[in-house]
Amino acid sequence: MLLAVLSGFILALFAPLICRAAGDRCGWVFALLPATLFVYFAGLLPDVMASGAQVVRYPWFPAMEINLDFLIDGLSLMFALLISGIGTFILIYAGGYLKGHPYLGRFYVVMLSFMASMLGLVLSDNLVTLFVFWELTSITSYLLIGFDHEDVKARASALQGLFVTVAGGLALMAGLIMLGTVAGSYSLSGVLASDADLIGHEWAVPMLLCILAGAFTKSAQVPFHFWLPNAMAAPTPVSAFLHSATMVKAGVYLLARLNPALGEAELWTLLLSLFGGLTMFTGAFMAITHTGAKKVLAYSTIMALGTLVMLIGIGTHYALVAFATFLVAHSLYKGALFMVAGILDHETGTKDVAQMGGLASLMPVTTVAAAVAALSLAGLPPLLGFVGKELMFEAVLDAPAWQMLLPVLAVGAGIGVMVAAGIIAIKPFYGERQETPKHPHEAPVSMLAGPVVLAGLSLLFGVALFIPEQTLVAPVVASLGGTAEKVHLALWHGINMPLILSLACLVVAAVILRYWSRLQPQLDALREGVGRFGPEAGYFRIMEWLTRIATWQTRVLQNGTMGNYMITLALTTVGVTGFTLITQYGVPLRLPVPDSGFAAGIALLMIVSAFFATGTISRLGSVAAMSIVGFAVALIFILFSAPDLGITQILVETLTVILLVLVLFRLPGFTRMSSPLERWRDIIVAVLVGALMTVLILAATEVQFFEPISAEHVARSVPDGHGRNIVNVILVDFRALDTLGEIFVLALAAVGVYSMIRLKAEDQTA
Amino acid sequence: MREANTLILRTAALVLVPMQLLFSVFLLLRGHDEPGGGFIAGLVASGAVVLFLFSYGVSATRELLRVDPRDFLGIGLLIGLASILPSLVLGQPAMTAQWWQIPLPGGGYYKFSTPLIFDVGVYLTVIGSILTMVVGLSESEESDA
Repeated sequence: MLLAVLSGFILALFAPLICRAAGDRCGWVFALLPATLFVYFAGLLPDVMASGAQVVRYPWFPAMEINLDFLIDGLSLMFALLISGIGTFILIYAGGYLKGHPYLGRFYVVMLSFMASMLGLVLSDNLVTLFVFWELTSITSYLLIGFDHEDVKARASALQGLFVTVAGGLALMAGLIMLGTVAGSYSLSGVLASDADLIGHEWAVPMLLCILAGAFTKSAQVPFHFWLPNAMAAPTPVSAFLHSATMVKAGVYLLARLNPALGEAELWTLLLSLFGGLTMFTGAFMAITHTGAKKVLAYSTIMALGTLVMLIGIGTHYALVAFATFLVAHSLYKGALFMVAGILDHETGTKDVAQMGGLASLMPVTTVAAAVAALSLAGLPPLLGFVGKELMFEAVLDAPAWQMLLPVLAVGAGIGVMVAAGIIAIKPFYGERQETPKHPHEAPVSMLAGPVVLAGLSLLFGVALFIPEQTLVAPVVASLGGTAEKVHLALWHGINMPLILSLACLVVAAVILRYWSRLQPQLDALREGVGRFGPEAGYFRIMEWLTRIATWQTRVLQNGTMGNYMITLALTTVGVTGFTLITQYGVPLRLPVPDSGFAAGIALLMIVSAFFATGTISRLGSVAAMSIVGFAVALIFILFSAPDLGITQILVETLTVILLVLVLFRLPGFTRMSSPLERWRDIIVAVLVGALMTVLILAATEVQFFEPISAEHVARSVPDGHGRNIVNVILVDFRALDTLGEIFVLALAAVGVYSMIRLKAEDQTA
Repeated sequence: MREANTLILRTAALVLVPMQLLFSVFLLLRGHDEPGGGFIAGLVASGAVVLFLFSYGVSATRELLRVDPRDFLGIGLLIGLASILPSLVLGQPAMTAQWWQIPLPGGGYYKFSTPLIFDVGVYLTVIGSILTMVVGLSESEESDA
């Protein structure tokens, strides 16, 4: 299982090599991996159907309850099958779509990593691991949207997608931590089995809101939906895979996963069905205002995501069956349609369906695949999409009374997607032949395989409904907390309310489609008008403010004057530490008097040299005076019998003087640059820091919470560390990890100094 | 920094530098039981090289060292990291100290251990850091002059 999840990452490492070796055929080579995984996951299916959920455990950080545990049940397995199954065709398709692209190797690296992250996400049983994979999908999605990195728009879209999903991810992390704490377990199976009262807990509301923020941003729910259409800047295989079939469903997956635990909460039901319904309607409306094939599909994806979220929110038995069926149907037809859109764009050289027409005779296979998939999207019999949509209507009509708004939204959305299906499947292929930038002909096999197989499956599953019913829908419903035995799918339910609604939708949609060419510009204008006040405008305003605040803050804090940095540091330390010290412990005023004349002499020497160092205008004198202080400290160490510290202090002091002298010659002559007022300010700050340090040391010797650890070190040095020099035993054995960190810091500092010297030297020679 | 023109310093350096380097190795090896250890030994060794640098100049120092001071940094850190490996190979928690008694001619034993290897890493890193800074500074000074 671990290998199944991580194999994508491993293959990604070798992707560029394979690309170079296999050339144009590398898509087929890479597709072997998801195809194998598909067979493997399918092989797990009978077991899960027979005996329910299984958990496979691999300890990772067992002490922190972070483990690579995998939860295999109907829900996760169906997602895994969709990811690996659709992934197979996408990888083949990408080989044809991006044929000869100079960065093909790079593309497959990210694509395979994404696939592995997505598998990890849906299979993870551990909340932390799930979150890690969740973020990995955001990052790989960013890289894929911005794949065409020389295009400004692609980069901006990629960044937008990243900001929205990662901001949601941050909220999700907080939500998951609250969930884990409240439920007393960081494993999903533990959370689902927990007896803790998740809904009645005082953290329930913030926890719900945080988790929903994560899921809504990822799954492009209103008002965070705007990033998804912009993500269409990615190459089409990416859009087909990430932004319709898999990644955007991660939020839906999480909601479905947590539904058995949190579904009883009123807030959950309300927010999910409300936002889901709104998203569904918005997506369907926006879809018909566009002419770009991918935009139309992107908005119809938003509609589908809204539908799924709404169905989880309703949460009745019908809704759960509808959820599972709709999910499978959508992944199949949307994957196929996106690939068709990619073929159109690849063959004609334009993305605008308004410029296409009469392609049916030139591209017969594409036409058939598009027609079948679009019929499923529109929800017409005998395709799986029809069953999904009927069930959805049924669930909406069946919903509790206060959700009366939902049927209205559902019918609106139903009309919208039918029109969208017409736009994508009728407009380009039939009617008058139009001139396109490229002369179109039928796409290569690699690009046709995906749409044909996926559209074929939509049809097969629709006709032979027992296949999805038994293998996919029933296990999913079981893992969502429903009863699997009650699942029964059928094309013909008799003449009932859903069927009448479907017919009504069809009539209205046909009328709109008839006049769509004329209607579209007005719809587009309406959308733009509304868009000015929409959430995307809000996103831009927030980003603008963010940069403005950052600029202001940088100007204040990073003003480039050494003195200001020092004062800020010093005053912050004095303020924070001093405040804590005084409020927590009070100021100890017992000043210990040196018990020997020798120590008193050393102290006097230090004080005098310190005053001399600040007063003199000779730099060499000041350095010498400072080093006297240093050597005096070494004397004190030796006086209190710490020879190691003493030796170190002497050596460090010597080398410091040497370094200072080397630098000293490079400084300009002594000048006074500060006003007397500023000097007084500096004196006060310096005195404050000195006073704080003194009080701090006095407090440290005064207050003792624990037995000092030194006795323990002394006792264990010889038996455990085999050494009599305790300081050294501590450094290289007891606390060797600290020392390792320190020598790395030391090396970094040296590299920093070196590069600064170099930079200066290059400045002068240039 | 140009080399010092004092004959006394130059002559003394010829004697002092090797002795100081030897002393630093002595400090390094005995560090586990007596005052000493990788950090102190590294400071002493760098002191020796700096003394040579003051008497004979940067280019002579580079010739004496043969390798770039920055390489000491990398090698030191690598040795420090490598000292973790034996414990991992033996399946113990990382950085568990390993001890080996190596028999010496004449009946004695020498205590060889991963903490000592680690200390050598510290020693080289300290030398590398200080020499990188000192040599870098003196070279930039020469280029100014």
